[in-house]
Amino acid sequence: MRRLLSGFVAVSALLVATAAQAQVKIGLIISYSGQFADTGIQLDNGFKLYMKQKGDTVAGKKIEVIRKDNGGIAPDVAKRLAQELVVRDKVDILGGFELTPNALAVGDVSAEAKKFMVVMNAATSIITTKSPYMSRTSVTTPMLNDAMGRWAAKNGVKKAYTLVSDFGPGHDAVAAFKEAFTANGGTIVGSALYPVANMDFGAFVQAAKDTNPDAIYIWTPGGTQPAAIGKALNERGVDTSKIKILGQDELTGVSALKSMGDLGLGIITAAHYDYNLQNPLNEEFVKAFRAEYNREPDIFAIGGYDGAQLIYKALEKAGGKTDGESLIAAAKGMAWQSPRGPMSIDPETRDMIENVYIRRVEKVNGELRNVTIDTVPDQKDPVKAKMK
Amino acid sequence: MGLSAADASPLAHVARRAAWRPLEVVFWLLTLLPFWLTPDYLQLASQIAITALFAISLDLILGYGGLVSLGHAAFFGLGAYAAGLFSKHLWGEPLSGLLLAAVIAGLFGYLLSFIIARFRGLALIMITMGVGQLMLEAANSAGKITGGADGLQGVKTWPLFNAIRFDLYGNTAYGYSLAALFLCFLVARRITNSPFGLSLQGIRENSTRMLAIGAPNNAHVRRIFTIAAVMAGVAGALLTQTTETVSLETLSFQRSADLLVVLILGGVGRLYGGIIGAIIYMVARDHFSGVNPQYWYFWIGMLLIAVVVFLPNGILGGAERLVPKAWRRRA
Repeated sequence: MRRLLSGFVAVSALLVATAAQAQVKIGLIISYSGQFADTGIQLDNGFKLYMKQKGDTVAGKKIEVIRKDNGGIAPDVAKRLAQELVVRDKVDILGGFELTPNALAVGDVSAEAKKFMVVMNAATSIITTKSPYMSRTSVTTPMLNDAMGRWAAKNGVKKAYTLVSDFGPGHDAVAAFKEAFTANGGTIVGSALYPVANMDFGAFVQAAKDTNPDAIYIWTPGGTQPAAIGKALNERGVDTSKIKILGQDELTGVSALKSMGDLGLGIITAAHYDYNLQNPLNEEFVKAFRAEYNREPDIFAIGGYDGAQLIYKALEKAGGKTDGESLIAAAKGMAWQSPRGPMSIDPETRDMIENVYIRRVEKVNGELRNVTIDTVPDQKDPVKAKMK
Repeated sequence: MGLSAADASPLAHVARRAAWRPLEVVFWLLTLLPFWLTPDYLQLASQIAITALFAISLDLILGYGGLVSLGHAAFFGLGAYAAGLFSKHLWGEPLSGLLLAAVIAGLFGYLLSFIIARFRGLALIMITMGVGQLMLEAANSAGKITGGADGLQGVKTWPLFNAIRFDLYGNTAYGYSLAALFLCFLVARRITNSPFGLSLQGIRENSTRMLAIGAPNNAHVRRIFTIAAVMAGVAGALLTQTTETVSLETLSFQRSADLLVVLILGGVGRLYGGIIGAIIYMVARDHFSGVNPQYWYFWIGMLLIAVVVFLPNGILGGAERLVPKAWRRRA
């Protein structure tokens, strides 16, 4: 009897050991409720789709995902959730983060607990400096606008006027645009900041038009503003064939185009992803995404998809090791083909390097689309390049 | 309420109200249990204690003074930013930071109270809401100082008494927040059981009559509003110090509105109502959002409807009916 018992103990101990060893826990902190719920759900959809395609076992270990709701901009909640995930649920990897304040707050936890952390959307440059174990699979606001500034200066725009929402990301965006634009020979003929909740752009557009620029650069966080901007441009008689309208993807995103209608025609924006991108991987991705969720993938979905991809690839390269040191070492310099095009992780900044697409709104088969007219390859974050 | 035959004088009545009930002692001893029972949940416990303190502060003006505020987060956020900026630019010693936040929030509350004391009802709701929105917009515009939408970065809290570090598990955070909550609670309890507290309840019930018996209504309202502002500021500072982050969200309308929900859930005008409300609301939130991250608001909504329909005086109001008469707090 005793032998039987000890045998049983040995076997169960072995089982426990293998079970504990063969598992990787990922804690996702995403806003599933509140104002940003749809963003969070799309991000998670992308993450889930990758896991579905590749299975839930990597390097011989089973992936377990624990999801937590951040409920919008709430860095105190994000930090607490991250601490709980680390001390209570014993997660190995932290992921998600569609909002900058939340990602910044969790950076401290990642640094202190030495956990690999993947930011899948938040787009402020400095985030990745908060923890040496942090990487990112989205884009930074300055990356897009740096690319746009250079492209505009090299493509016939001499004089530009800037019109930007008066809050942090807007300031970052216009700073990057101005710097790249003027460094490449362009001149800024005027600038304006509009209030965050502004809904009437008539006076702003008129003031911009009066300076007689080649282009008006507009930055908006999206929402209902793109439609109001389109209306003002139309009312004030801005002809997009004479005055180029430049912006970032939010200005002509999927929902923005729906609300703008034909008023959006001719607007040029910079983006790192769009579901209309013409490449075989993306066509496959969009098809799978539609089949699974019955909607188009967007920049949030691709952030989640590549976030999962980076975690899988880093785990594989690290041979299943789950500590922060091994995973971030594996992530540095990692390069892969994404539906967004070729992308890699900069070994110096742990931020992504990827294509930025310059697109113009055109009508294709009676449907408004962002059609790629140029590609700025291997774009890096300009802010961190300057910090060195 | 009202004087019973047992009270020889008004002062004896006040003294009897102020005596500690056994249930209260048990309750405060129970608040120490998380250290042993749920050591993995101390961060949550710390944030519950902070919300409870914030709720007590609102209860002082709403439950006792009868002033409805939808902008109480203005003081919470002011305290949070004051503590954050203090720690970022001067030094991160937590107790002095807490004191500074209390003074700044109190000063702002005192100045504002001159306007507040002139209004009641709907006008007051609009004014407090307006002040809250103004503060939010001011913090957003002063992005260079406050960090704007990204939140304030670089807040570092030094170890408590230069010895006890704020750890990842939240032992220090909970101990610190709980101590602050208990001290503020003692102050609030003392106030509500004083002649001043009774005058406030008189103002709540019938302000004209209080004037008729010679009570300086406006002065009373100004005083309690300032005290409530100090406590809200302390709560905000605690959140900053225990999480080392401050965001615009500390000033948001959502925070003011959630607080009202917490207080109504627990029971208005009882002090313990705010604490019980904070425990139930935040534990329910944590539990439901763990079970289903997407649709947990549904269950919170159900909980609220159930409480309002079946326990119109809040959870504590309902529970009071179950407690033996001898144990009851006479209020």
